[in-house]
Amino acid sequence: MATKLLGERIKRKEDPRLIQGRGHYVDDIKLDGMLHMAFARSPYGHAAITSINTEAARNAPGVLAVLTSHDLKGRLGQVPCAAGMKGLKVPDHPCLAVERVRYVGEPVAAVVATDRYLATDAAALVEVEYDMLPAVTSMDKALESNSPLVHEKFGDNVAFKDNLEGGDWKTIEADPAVKVIKQRLINQRLGPVAMETRGVIASYSPGEDTLTVWSSTQIPHLLKTQLSVMTRIDEPRCRVIAPEVGGAFGSKLNVYGEEGVACFASKLLGKPVKWIEGRRENLAGTIHGRDQINDLEVYFKPDGKVVGLKCRILADMGAYFQLLTPAIPTSTPLMILGCYDIPCVSVETIGVFTNKMATDAYRGAGRPEATYIIERAMSMVAHDLKMDPVDVRTRNFPAPGKDITMATGVSYDTANYQKTLTKVLKLSGYSKLRKEQQRLRKKGKLLGIGLSTYVEICAMGPSSRMPAGGWESGTVRVEPTGRVTVLSGASPHGQGEQTSFAQIVAQELDIPFDDVTVFHGDTAQVPMGIGTFGSRATAVGGTAIYVAAQRIRKKMARIAAHKLEVKPGDVVFDGGKIQLKDGSKSVTFKEAAEEAYMARELPPGMEPGLSETYVFEPPNFTYPFGAHVAVTEVDENTGEVRLRNYFAVDDCGRILNPLLVEGQVHGGIAQGAGQALVESLVYDENAQLLTGSLMDYAVPKAHLFPWFETANTETPTPVNPLGVKGVGEAGTIGSTPAIVNAVADALGVRHIDMPLKPERVWNVLKEAAAPGGKAS
Amino acid sequence: MKIRIKVNGNWREDDVEPRLLLVHYLRELAGLTGTHIGCETSLCGACTVLLNGEAAKSCTIFAVQADGAEVTTIEGLGSDGNFHPLQQGFWEEHGLQCGFCTPGMILTAHQLLGRNPHPTREEIRHALDGNLCRCTGYQHIVKAIEWAVEHSGSRQESPTARSEATT
Repeated sequence: MATKLLGERIKRKEDPRLIQGRGHYVDDIKLDGMLHMAFARSPYGHAAITSINTEAARNAPGVLAVLTSHDLKGRLGQVPCAAGMKGLKVPDHPCLAVERVRYVGEPVAAVVATDRYLATDAAALVEVEYDMLPAVTSMDKALESNSPLVHEKFGDNVAFKDNLEGGDWKTIEADPAVKVIKQRLINQRLGPVAMETRGVIASYSPGEDTLTVWSSTQIPHLLKTQLSVMTRIDEPRCRVIAPEVGGAFGSKLNVYGEEGVACFASKLLGKPVKWIEGRRENLAGTIHGRDQINDLEVYFKPDGKVVGLKCRILADMGAYFQLLTPAIPTSTPLMILGCYDIPCVSVETIGVFTNKMATDAYRGAGRPEATYIIERAMSMVAHDLKMDPVDVRTRNFPAPGKDITMATGVSYDTANYQKTLTKVLKLSGYSKLRKEQQRLRKKGKLLGIGLSTYVEICAMGPSSRMPAGGWESGTVRVEPTGRVTVLSGASPHGQGEQTSFAQIVAQELDIPFDDVTVFHGDTAQVPMGIGTFGSRATAVGGTAIYVAAQRIRKKMARIAAHKLEVKPGDVVFDGGKIQLKDGSKSVTFKEAAEEAYMARELPPGMEPGLSETYVFEPPNFTYPFGAHVAVTEVDENTGEVRLRNYFAVDDCGRILNPLLVEGQVHGGIAQGAGQALVESLVYDENAQLLTGSLMDYAVPKAHLFPWFETANTETPTPVNPLGVKGVGEAGTIGSTPAIVNAVADALGVRHIDMPLKPERVWNVLKEAAAPGGKAS
Repeated sequence: MKIRIKVNGNWREDDVEPRLLLVHYLRELAGLTGTHIGCETSLCGACTVLLNGEAAKSCTIFAVQADGAEVTTIEGLGSDGNFHPLQQGFWEEHGLQCGFCTPGMILTAHQLLGRNPHPTREEIRHALDGNLCRCTGYQHIVKAIEWAVEHSGSRQESPTARSEATT
């Protein structure tokens, strides 16, 4: 094969349009007669709605409709939740609040007007009278018997309880050598803050009875099905298009009430309706991430061998369920043992309702929480035993291999954790760093070195273990001109699969990279699909395309062989030709393509055309792993933390395009570092959102980061024929604990909670300096 | 109110509401949707344009305030086959993923290089502090700007960019 594309640093096909500002995000799309929608939202965390007066809004200039739950009743379905688990309490979740509001930002009324300014003006004229009710924001308080109830009909605030047990605890509890560390870890609430907020245009055509929706979504096909169910417009008449999507990070792996209301309004008025979310709405009303409290017990021996892990996970659901809300924290127990051979595990997970926005998938979605728990645990053990955290980790790694089954019951596809650790220790100059740390300590300077050796779940996933199907579809169609169209059901939004999928197909068919064009995101063009999330697009969607391309290759070989009067096994693909191995006879790729459609000299019985669709059902998840080292400086006077160096070695299986892998890893590290250092969504005790704008919610800026030094090991997964594992979330999963471990190391404390803002760090320093303080 | 604004080298006249934001003027009236809106509060920088050659956040400027001014948006910077070195740098170095912050990033970098043609990495990061990116972790953006520094001067300036140079 002449064309070598896989593994090469290839510039993206997506970029020329985007660097010229010529891509089209939802808000860039204008339709004839398009109307604009704005929402009146709850200013309270918990209140009864006593009256809604829409008269002033209705009479405002340009207003065509003002909608409340009264208008939607029986005509628009609820916001869907796809998670199903035993004993799960699923609250009603109307698109517009009915009688009661349960979080700040909950939509109460929608206004549709001819202009976006007029719609916003009129939304402010909707008069809603509220009776404030006691709210609950703390999960601990929500579980008390006298707590205010988010949903009275449930009788308590427990959404679900789940247990995971493994191993022989009796032996451990009877062993006098076993020590235990008990520690509460707070995994704070975060805002995904994609740079493009949510947005939707719904366009209903009354004559054709068709609904076309442009949405900033990760899951156009699932959204189409759900909108059809909500609006009761026959699914074949629904079409969803995800145009350019300006980042998502899980926050657009969802079906939102506003999307339903836009469809309803468009059908009601017979005109296209656009809604573009404002940033304040985004922070209040787009799903949040994380928000767990982990009461952890680590059982270990004096030599650093960890023998058991117990944890009670409190997972904040918020007030309602979005698409996957209760499913997200169930990944945490599965991955809680990380990459360590720990024989015993016991985890209780409790989903808790509070008066906040729903949590849901945010980059990592349950796995960063698990990695944080186990990687903090390892470093806490090292701290208590005064061991090097490298040695504690090494002591607990399983032997390298395949199909390693953990006490959690989870079976990892491949494991070679020592390899990534060794590589990152070399890359970072770890032993030199430790010496530098000693030198600086003598001068009173606080340098911290933190490790994390993570393993995560990617390539989601086997359908039996997914809420709404885990397969992905791929179509490869060679057109009569010989150019190649690729359709993917994965719906990337910045990850660059228009490039990597073209690499796969061009290499498989040995044709120029520029001859391949990849489309995604339009349900009318792509027959079926799931979407992009859970680091699945390339491992699952790419595999579908790879297999489809192999089938095209077989068919074209048969066409060419028939024409050349040779056997299909005797021809090879070489630089746009299909020929005998010695080159003595050939047809061009284009001639073979043309023949498929002219269909005059096809082998007997062959179906005309040259299009193959394959739906790949992954037999397992993949379990990428890696080792990260963070180096932090702490200002001993102010408590300010500076991330000085960052080193990452990731094993995401086979790498198709190193440029894209680097981009994913960098962005992931930055997001994980954001959680460790600065990010936190805060509600007060009345459930008022205190971080409702980008003035208050800190998204990391460029100066926060050092130069990331990254490298890889490549252990192909046996789960798919490409050997690809997935890399979208690795950086986020690995970096948060590495940075917190570094700061705890700098401070010489067992634990400190995130975010590591100066005030918090300064208080630890002050405590340590006090007489009888921990570090005195 | 009647206003005249020179957008990407061409004067246009419009009758606008006084409260119309410059970003909506550019996107809705001039049809230039490359300028994005990420926060409406000057905090994210997605709406950055050049106003009389200076980087400005168009989401917190009224269109009427730009009356008589020259505005350059991403669409005025370069075109297919004739990218501005910054655009080319973002492509070469994978300086973008979702692309939403990219036009603002490029125009902010444009101002930086106008003032400091050979910035250090630290200076580049400092200059980008008014522009948020959630995808890249910024490192490839820094590299993209370094690429432009290394390769500037090798390109035919566009008419817009030339007119900026003389203002």
